[in-house]
Amino acid sequence: MLDKKIYDSFDENAWCPGCGNFGIINALKGALSELELLPEDILLVSGIGQAAKTPHYVNANVFNGLHGRALPPAFGAKIANKDLNVIVTSGDGDMYGEGGNHLLHNIRRNIDIACFVHNNQIYGLTKGQGSPTTDVCQVTSLQPDGVRISAFNPISFAVSQKIGFVARSFSGDPEHLKDIMKQAIEHKGFALVDILQPCVSFNKVNTAKWYSERVYKLDQDYDPNDIEMAFKKSLEFGDDGIPLGVIYKDPNRNSFIENHELINNSKPLVDRKWNPKDTEQFLNDFR
Amino acid sequence: MKYNILIGGAAGQGIETISFVLEKTLLRDGYEIYSNKDYMSRVRGGHNFTQIRFSNHELLSHTKKIDVIVALNEETIEIHKCNLKSDGLIIADESIKCDDKRFKAYPLKKIAEQVENKRAENIVALGVLLKSFDIEVSPIEGILKETFEKYFESNMTAFNKGYELAEVRVKVDAATPNEKILINGNDALGLGAVAGGVSFYAGYPMTPSTGVISYLVEHNHKTGIFFEQAEDEIAAINMSLGASFAGARAMTGSSGGGLSLMTESLGLIGMMETPLVVIDVQRPGPATGLPTRTEQSDLSFLLTASHGEIPRMVIALRSPKDAFYQTIRALNLADKYQILVIILSDQFLADSKMTIEPFDFSNIVIERHIADVSEIEDDIYKRYKLTDDGISKRLIPCRSKGQIVITDSDEHTEYGHITESSEVRNHMMDKRMNKMKLLETELIEPNYYGADDIDHLIVCWGSTEGIVRDALDMLNGEDLKVGALVFGDVYPLPTKLLYKYSKDVKNIINIEQNYTGQLAKLIRQETGVYCNKSILKYDGRQIIAEEIVERFKGDVLDVR
Repeated sequence: MLDKKIYDSFDENAWCPGCGNFGIINALKGALSELELLPEDILLVSGIGQAAKTPHYVNANVFNGLHGRALPPAFGAKIANKDLNVIVTSGDGDMYGEGGNHLLHNIRRNIDIACFVHNNQIYGLTKGQGSPTTDVCQVTSLQPDGVRISAFNPISFAVSQKIGFVARSFSGDPEHLKDIMKQAIEHKGFALVDILQPCVSFNKVNTAKWYSERVYKLDQDYDPNDIEMAFKKSLEFGDDGIPLGVIYKDPNRNSFIENHELINNSKPLVDRKWNPKDTEQFLNDFR
Repeated sequence: MKYNILIGGAAGQGIETISFVLEKTLLRDGYEIYSNKDYMSRVRGGHNFTQIRFSNHELLSHTKKIDVIVALNEETIEIHKCNLKSDGLIIADESIKCDDKRFKAYPLKKIAEQVENKRAENIVALGVLLKSFDIEVSPIEGILKETFEKYFESNMTAFNKGYELAEVRVKVDAATPNEKILINGNDALGLGAVAGGVSFYAGYPMTPSTGVISYLVEHNHKTGIFFEQAEDEIAAINMSLGASFAGARAMTGSSGGGLSLMTESLGLIGMMETPLVVIDVQRPGPATGLPTRTEQSDLSFLLTASHGEIPRMVIALRSPKDAFYQTIRALNLADKYQILVIILSDQFLADSKMTIEPFDFSNIVIERHIADVSEIEDDIYKRYKLTDDGISKRLIPCRSKGQIVITDSDEHTEYGHITESSEVRNHMMDKRMNKMKLLETELIEPNYYGADDIDHLIVCWGSTEGIVRDALDMLNGEDLKVGALVFGDVYPLPTKLLYKYSKDVKNIINIEQNYTGQLAKLIRQETGVYCNKSILKYDGRQIIAEEIVERFKGDVLDVR
């Protein structure tokens, strides 16, 4: 285990006191230290939003890109250098809204990255508008008559695509979250973790208390390889409970890199040596 | 001696194959070739054609007048016979009815059936064609073997039968085999990317840019270049940028519509100071426009595309030779200045082949400008350290022991963290935008064609170079004093030759494949030099030299 302090960043934090992001970042640092990953070997990638500031507050390589566009550069960086431990940390708006298409296709790719979605069911940075996971009828700053469209269910979506790894955890349970994060980082392939978190400033419905009263941990007998059960569990969200844990895992699915001969069997692209003269052989095609 | 052969038919009739075999034969015979493609956005049917021009002298452009039409259907004859010379020839199957006196029917289908290969009809026609012009056919056996592999025998027989069927009409001058290659803009660009050390390319299929990707994929088992078909162009450019950040030499590209989707990320490249070369193989817009046709209408768009202000370089490709060498240069400049370099090609250049000297690989150098961690003086690495010229040492993550690399789309401090400080903002804007000044030292002046003392100056850019040169010869042959500046580097705009040749002329004429005269606008914006006349074309078809001459006399000289 490495000293957790090596992940401390000197950057000034811009989150609200009591924000669920603090629990998430602590769990992340804990997971990294227990996995003994050096800051220089970690790349944290995010889009835009309050959650997307997370990479700045961890001492590691950072790619803080455009809103909704966390996954594509994460994919590019991982392919360029497979030695990098690439972790995406961004919010529900970034991953499920603006970047939804990239989520879909990177689940299909099964690229070897861990994707942590800080899901507070509201837009924080832009001050309280409905997010893709805000409940229908919830009143927000831009939906004064209530959100009219139904909430996105990331877990069902992921299970329906037979994702390699999908889990749910809660910022208010740092030990559980740390454990799930470790599993996700170690997983070969795309690992999606939907992390419930309260937004103390803008979501007065899904508060820390609201989550605490509803979340429960999947018990030892739960089999995450059973897709039908996983699908059933993925639909549980609300007053009847919200299951936490690894909801679904496909043990037989190869990761993108495992399936890609060029990337899997060669040294990282970043170390590739190419002599321009090696190109001359291809001139014969034009003779 | 110059001949122009048109091969036309519907999509799916095998125009590509017969054109390929004919071009290879002429090439190996030693002829100079210029061929261009005209095709519709459909998989079957419609009307497609290839024009193959050949000569014993260098050919710079395509032309309208045709010597031979190889018609795979009746429509081809109807559309093109108006351009067929009076002593021209139409070769077609006997099932096609035509009362034109230049028409000659052959049992192409029947012979194809005899050799039990229905698809060999075109190869029979090729035999007829080559015999009619008494073209040296010794390379044909090898070419048919390479092209058809297990179907070689039937195609060879088909060819011989066609050859026996025809009689010699014209004896073309023989050529001397040489070392030249025949290559189009897309392949030359792809080859440049390979030579220039690209190892990562993400893209999304879009005509006419897809050929660049096809080229990279064709050889990727030998080159080790990684290609990913992204879910959209936004993903493509962001994937490539992520790969570049991690240290791979990356590239992406598309045609106009794809560039529109990539626009936000063009600004991200500038903000992150992470090098990337982005290709735009232009086609006529707006929106879906004319998907398989040509235009030079993305210049104005790409000069400022993305919100905010970033340094960038825009290089237009004038020829397959440019496509190769300028792609390599673009990759090196992007790394040197940590900037966005946009390469502008277009459908005409992408699909037009010409014979050129083989590329010289002896002087190609891959310049990455990536720093080693030992060069870093600060205890904590500053990715955006303020320096005299604005260029900070670039480390890459996971290859720089003990240091981390932080990059951000927000305005950022020297470390890369988010800031809203006005002081830092000013420093960072100055740092980034100073690269425009640095780029001025790298600029290549436009090619100039013409005498020193001229009355009329033509300005143009990109793929019209060869056509303008041919037009210039015609105009100057009529005792006019015309010169032409053909821009490759367009932004920042090189101005030395422009000032020199525009000084005392009667007319400055911009020739462009767009509606608004985008180069003329740029020139006026950057220099105040005003193009008082324009020859513009925006129907999706590349202008030809004869049309330039005609419009020059009409629109510029006002003699009709």
